[in-house]
Amino acid sequence: MAQDAFDINYVADLARLELSADEKARLGAQLGDILKYVDQLKEVDVSGVEPTAHSVPLVNVMRPDVVSEPLAHEDAMRNAPRQANGLFIVPKIVE
Amino acid sequence: MLFPMLNQLTISELTSRLAAKECSAREAMQACLDRIQAVDGKVKAFLSFDAADALQQAEAADREIAAGITHAQKPLLGVPIALKDIFAVRGQPCGVASRILEGFVSPYSSTVVEKLRAAGAVVFGRLNMDEFAMGSSTENSSYHTTLNPWDTTRIPGGSSGGSAAAVAADEAIATLGTDTGGSIRQPAALCGCVGVKPTYGLVSRYGVVAFASSLDQVGPFTKDVRDAATLLGVIAGHDPRDSTSVPQRVPDYAASLGRDLKGVRIGLAKEFMVGGLDPAVKSAVDEAVKKLTELGAEIQEVSLPHSQYAVATYYIVATAEASANLARYDGIRYGKRVEGGDLFELYSKTRGSGFGAEVKRRIILGTYVLSSGYYDAYYLRAQKVRTLIRRDFDEAFKQVDAIVSPTTPTPAFKVGEKANDPLQMYLSDIFTISCNLAGNSGLSLPCGFASDPKLPIGLQLLGPSFGEPTLFRIAHAYEQATDWHRQKPLI
Repeated sequence: MAQDAFDINYVADLARLELSADEKARLGAQLGDILKYVDQLKEVDVSGVEPTAHSVPLVNVMRPDVVSEPLAHEDAMRNAPRQANGLFIVPKIVE
Repeated sequence: MLFPMLNQLTISELTSRLAAKECSAREAMQACLDRIQAVDGKVKAFLSFDAADALQQAEAADREIAAGITHAQKPLLGVPIALKDIFAVRGQPCGVASRILEGFVSPYSSTVVEKLRAAGAVVFGRLNMDEFAMGSSTENSSYHTTLNPWDTTRIPGGSSGGSAAAVAADEAIATLGTDTGGSIRQPAALCGCVGVKPTYGLVSRYGVVAFASSLDQVGPFTKDVRDAATLLGVIAGHDPRDSTSVPQRVPDYAASLGRDLKGVRIGLAKEFMVGGLDPAVKSAVDEAVKKLTELGAEIQEVSLPHSQYAVATYYIVATAEASANLARYDGIRYGKRVEGGDLFELYSKTRGSGFGAEVKRRIILGTYVLSSGYYDAYYLRAQKVRTLIRRDFDEAFKQVDAIVSPTTPTPAFKVGEKANDPLQMYLSDIFTISCNLAGNSGLSLPCGFASDPKLPIGLQLLGPSFGEPTLFRIAHAYEQATDWHRQKPLI
């Protein structure tokens, strides 16, 4: 199923990941092999089996609703690739 | 010159010398720095280290020792401990060996680092790893490949290869790493040290760069089992800043040490003693099982019928989670940015130039298995198989207290041997991966050597969730009866 349907351009777009032509060719072939390998999971009878998202039975973890010290503004900005006036610079997204 | 040299000591040996004022923490830290200077050109375990900061911390520890603070109060006071490049340390770089985080400086410290500091440790260094912890050899590091101290033509294992090599080469007294599918136990086995993959939820992941959040755990690399118990005792415990951390009291792991194995039931999983096992690994593990029997353990066969599906399940679950976790590297608030005509292009170019080949491979696979039309066939099915893998362990642990196996199917492989075959590389994790899927505890310790070249072999002990005390009991009893852990590589 997977090999025919695997459209590397579509998936790379979904992942917001620019790939060179070489990378597309190589990744496409390798992922075909890996998908063939994981197809063995189709042998397993999973009818009536609940999925495990997480191995620890913790639900609705709460913490006390108290005010605490947030990360300082300059600490939050210190790794910004582009900034001005204490703000992140981003490309224009609204016309 | 002191013999053995200070950098060669275990945590327990160093702390007793520090307490007796036979040496200073500064001397111990300096001994590690000297060792790095002498051998790291060959081993390449470190990406960077801040020697001045490390020596300052060591001097502060010396002042505390002089002021009467004891190791009962601060169990790691004055002990140099180095970190995988995945732990945030305020003011220090943190890059997960990736170009996308080149130059990133952590604005805060991870909980485990705060716990190490509170216990008096001298926390230093950035240890090499596979980029974003994705790999089994450190060959996926964006900077360089770390080499195995036992044979520098071979890989140290991964992803925490730098953490394992630094301990094996005596460049640090102990180190921390992370284990998502074997990334502590596999390099510990290949470098001949002790490595622990704690139960999911035992150690806080706050301030630890995420790879696959339902599988990642933080754990220690040490020179012996006692040190592993000490170090895990320091870093374990509930953290309100990590909602997956379990609110449970941390046991006194030292109380598990020094006991015999009478009445301990150990399982041999028949599915793990498969073909393809290196003959040296098989004979070392067979001998280790004999030794465990002599020490009083009862050995019985158990079955983990779904373990053959663990690698396939893992590569769906882990890549799906990674594709979501790594969406945050978008070039906006931190990390590398490559400008583009619009936002989409900025994202794509930033990520395309910042991530390495294996990370891209996993993001693409993870995106695919989560994408519309394939979610049920891949991701949901894998989560169901994960349930069956967990149930196998639950059943097995009704009969036995722990399961023993090889940690890896072969000793360390050559640099380049599997680099172009991702599937073969993934299969080197065949014995370690199911433990993460089940969320259980695991440990690897030395159990012998392959000869010509001499390469360490690891014995893996798997326990149920929160089974660490039993794993330490078995591992310590075995270690006391053998001397594998005392052997050192000639570098």
